[in-house]
Amino acid sequence: MSIVDSLLLTLPELVLTGAALALMLVAAFVGDKATRFVTLAAIGALIGAAVSLGGRGVGFDGLYSADAFSDFTKLLIYLAAGVSLLLSTRFFAAEDRLRAEYPVLVLLATVGMGMMVSATNLLTLYVGLEMQSLAAYVLASFMRKDVRSAEAGLKYFVLGALASGILLYGISLLYGFSGTTDYHAIARSLADGVNMGELFGIVFVLAGLSFKIAAVPFHMWTPDVYEGAPTPVTTYFGTAPKVAAVALLVRVTIEAMGSAVASWQQILIFTSLASIILGAVGAIGQVNIKRLLAYSSINNIGFVLVGLAAGTEAGVSATLTYMVIYVLMTLGSFACVLQMRGANGVHVEDIQSLAGLSRRQPALAAAFAIFMFSLAGIPPLLGFWAKFVVFDAAVAAGLMPLAAIGIAASTIGAFYYLKIVKIMYFDEPTTEFAPVSSYVESSVIALTAVAVSPIGYLAIPMLGAATAVAAKALF
Amino acid sequence: MIGLQHYLVVSAILFVMGVLGIFINRKNIIIILMAIELILLSVNINLVAFSAYLGDLVGQVFAMFVLTVAAGEAAIGLAILVIYFRGRGSIAVDDVNRMKG
Repeated sequence: MSIVDSLLLTLPELVLTGAALALMLVAAFVGDKATRFVTLAAIGALIGAAVSLGGRGVGFDGLYSADAFSDFTKLLIYLAAGVSLLLSTRFFAAEDRLRAEYPVLVLLATVGMGMMVSATNLLTLYVGLEMQSLAAYVLASFMRKDVRSAEAGLKYFVLGALASGILLYGISLLYGFSGTTDYHAIARSLADGVNMGELFGIVFVLAGLSFKIAAVPFHMWTPDVYEGAPTPVTTYFGTAPKVAAVALLVRVTIEAMGSAVASWQQILIFTSLASIILGAVGAIGQVNIKRLLAYSSINNIGFVLVGLAAGTEAGVSATLTYMVIYVLMTLGSFACVLQMRGANGVHVEDIQSLAGLSRRQPALAAAFAIFMFSLAGIPPLLGFWAKFVVFDAAVAAGLMPLAAIGIAASTIGAFYYLKIVKIMYFDEPTTEFAPVSSYVESSVIALTAVAVSPIGYLAIPMLGAATAVAAKALF
Repeated sequence: MIGLQHYLVVSAILFVMGVLGIFINRKNIIIILMAIELILLSVNINLVAFSAYLGDLVGQVFAMFVLTVAAGEAAIGLAILVIYFRGRGSIAVDDVNRMKG
């Protein structure tokens, strides 16, 4: 494949990079007056990148691959990035921190995510991951006058850099003992038997990646970063980077380590069960809604890993289905959290302030309740289907104990989701919220609520077919 | 004769020192940044040693990428440290506790 063909393959990334650079100039020359324009232009660039998806093949001598899997996950990443950009302007305007650099940083992080999901070489994997992380560290500390935001950025940076170091050490071992950084060549080397060095490499790589997806035992940064980062940034962190890191993990485990399933399956089973249980138990005592959603994301990643631990095509397809539904639920819940403003317009994050919401704002309370029931996996909402497919794949792969313990632990998780519903519907009202004022935000809430409601099951055959095609590209 | 395993042992020692530097250090965040650099450099020793041993250039190219990214990472880390210091007036590790966790 010639260099021009390779470049054409990376068209979505080129569109985003070009847009990010152009918008950076606009931001530099026009200043913060241009923020709304830059935000809309960034969303336009994301749509443009989504339209230019569809290239097929392996470019740059095996460094970059465009296939159905990367297209599917990139589409989901662009959707999450676009919606979290839509949700950002009003929040930052209210906090007097409307800056034109924000959409540019989101675009640059999204370019990194595109590289992550298309990487078929450990070198591209590392560069994509760092590109995403470096932009994310800045985003976490974006409210720089707020001590909590600066602290979130600092913690995210220190622990993220440590995770990158661990991942890199694993990559160096994997390279040294298998003699290559190409996924397929590593798979061929592992097929001849896994030696000690390669095994250490696999463990270090998986440890570094579990950090990026916030799986136990590398989850400790999540609650602090989710709480400290500005809410639109938390919305972004909870969706797009999660999809990218999970997709990266899927590709590494299936394409590079697929010939040595036995050496990583136990690790994934352990992290999956530990995440489900710790995510559920840790959320119980929380009083801050963003911390609670952080534990909820740890819990959800556990279920995602159940599908991946199966190591089969059906398992990967189930993992992708789970990520789609998880992104919808997370975007919806954070859009609801953004509506938690006192009468003076100041954002509040205390769970108790939701008391009696059903009497003051019945529509918002109903939407919030839908998201909570769906996250808890209660039928007939769409969250149930997500859990059903991953457990189905695990049982089909013969991982009966994993499925049984996972289902038992998900009932613990239901407790704190239901607690929020109880506070909204049965407690006496305490604080008065400002009414929902933005049409954009209310339509995001309405659309995601409809999507995760039983109406969403109409899209299941289409989603199932799309994820099956995407999963097939890896095997 | 200094062989591959000597390089790997040095790199492993540096890596462990870097990780311990992050967890045991109770004083100051600048030391954590130094520990992170130590980890990345230990990886570079690994990559270059393997590259020489295998007679394959990829490891050295990889080391160049790691150096570049490490520079960017240090710049961003120091920038975040500066805004943190402006808000809190301290960079002691024990003071990073506005949120429990």
